[in-house]
Amino acid sequence: MTLAVVADNIYKTYKKSDVPALDGVSISIERGKIYGLLGPNGAGKTTLIRVLATLLKPDSGTATVEGIDVVADPIGVRTRIGLGGQYAAVDEFLTGRENVVMVGRLYNLSMAEAQSRADEVLERINLMDAADRPVQTYSGGMRRRLDLAASLVGRPDVLFLDEPTTGIDPRSRVDIWELIGELVSGGTTLLLTTQYLEEADFLADTIGVIDHGRLIAEGTSDSLKETIGGVVVHLGVDDADCATAISAINSLTGSDPLHDEDRGLLVIPAVDGSRSLVEVVRAMDEASVPILDIELHKPTLDDVFLSITGRPAETETAPDDAQENEVAR
Amino acid sequence: MTPAATKPTKSRVTPAHAFKDMWIITKRNLRRFIRMPQLLLVATVQPVMFLLLFNYVFGGAISLPGVPYIDFLLPGILVQTVMFGATNTATGLTEDLAAGVIDRFRSLPMARGAVLAGRTLADLMRSGAVNTLMIFVGYIIGFRPAGIPQLVLGLVLALMFGYSMSWVFAAIGLLARTPEAAQSASFLLVFPFVFASSVFVPVQSMPGWLQVFAENQPVSVLATTVRGLTIGIEAMPSGKTIEGMIALSIAWIIAIFVVASPLSVSLYRRIFS
Repeated sequence: MTLAVVADNIYKTYKKSDVPALDGVSISIERGKIYGLLGPNGAGKTTLIRVLATLLKPDSGTATVEGIDVVADPIGVRTRIGLGGQYAAVDEFLTGRENVVMVGRLYNLSMAEAQSRADEVLERINLMDAADRPVQTYSGGMRRRLDLAASLVGRPDVLFLDEPTTGIDPRSRVDIWELIGELVSGGTTLLLTTQYLEEADFLADTIGVIDHGRLIAEGTSDSLKETIGGVVVHLGVDDADCATAISAINSLTGSDPLHDEDRGLLVIPAVDGSRSLVEVVRAMDEASVPILDIELHKPTLDDVFLSITGRPAETETAPDDAQENEVAR
Repeated sequence: MTPAATKPTKSRVTPAHAFKDMWIITKRNLRRFIRMPQLLLVATVQPVMFLLLFNYVFGGAISLPGVPYIDFLLPGILVQTVMFGATNTATGLTEDLAAGVIDRFRSLPMARGAVLAGRTLADLMRSGAVNTLMIFVGYIIGFRPAGIPQLVLGLVLALMFGYSMSWVFAAIGLLARTPEAAQSASFLLVFPFVFASSVFVPVQSMPGWLQVFAENQPVSVLATTVRGLTIGIEAMPSGKTIEGMIALSIAWIIAIFVVASPLSVSLYRRIFS
């Protein structure tokens, strides 16, 4: 087994911030595997990608890609990686094909190689029909696919995708997941960041959960879900009834449900699927607690966060949020 | 599990690749310019408007012994146009930054300075095209240079000056980060240098304290040099020779380039830290 990506105890604090964006992160990815880095905005996901893709020097710690140190030999790393996702954009005023050929040329492919390689990737991402139109005319989903094509044109050993589906509609999202899965099936190592548990679940062999610049959990999708259960019941009750509801659920399941005060929800592992839902309804009925809202749910990032940290994911209020967004632009 | 074999050597970009990278970026920037007709329009209409307005609105009020105002004005306009043209380097870079295009470039095995060199080269070529157009429009409304070789030399000097200023504006763009901030900062720099200068009027009409600045700052040095070339020695301020002014212009061009280009490259490399 060979490790394609190794980050060892990476620290990074941005100049105008006193909160570290990365607070001692270590991850390693085996060659050919997909690693999903899951966390809210401002957790440090983009910063880690930027360090590994040689865009940002860490304050301390070492990182290697295919055995090459990202600080000592950035050009060596860059010949072996592809970067795509929310911030690595395509050029609006060029056509799809021109974009891909240009990036291929900048990977030092000859003109002929870059052109044939561009045809190949455009074919694979189903953009052949639109290849000669300016990117300005593309939909959001098409741009993401073109971005993928550009990140793959240099045949990278390691691909970094920073939130590849953030901001696109849920239906195209699944298409992009399938496409990414196919594209890396030839043995490319992929590090992907995401805010969606489903996305990491669909694609990744290993999932790391990151928060405030620290890796707070790591494992396979199954092992992570076991910490919370495959399905959960989201129960909404009035604040005044909350204590009654919690004790009623405790006597039902033997433990207190997770209480997400931000969302005004109790999160209960649904061990028996829809039967659990019915049991919760009954328990509320017996305790005379009116139900405002109840739903059977696949666990979300928020649920995972709640179960690991005991608090909701602070998607909008993380202190390094603004900073990371600013510098990531 | 062990990491893949460690490679101790540092990979480098060969000069041939560096030039190829620069040219790819230049072509990309020119293509973008050609595909946005509004950019082409703004870039050409604005200086033509300046030329016509100054010539017909102010020209009558400015009397110069023995020299038609258009002959005085056009060399100034050439220098003004390269200054305004150079500000495109700042706005273009910040637009690429905002769009994330720079991130992609920085993740590719490119030469370190290729993005900036390609940007400044494209802006130089555009300024060359706009200034050629200016000369034709000027000719139509009465501009007559002393000779073609002098005019060509004057044009080349103006363009080289614009090129070194492009590197100054590259630094401004990299410091400003957003297109809006880059534009405001650029104009703050451009306006005093273009207007408190010999571009539109002889500096002798300005108050004494301003004359000192207006006569010696680089935009005036260039305007006076190009004017000396296209009109002749009679257009030079007393005590100045054309050869001396050419040497002074080249000194400014080199000095600005030597300071601004390493500064910009270093800002580019450390742009997000």
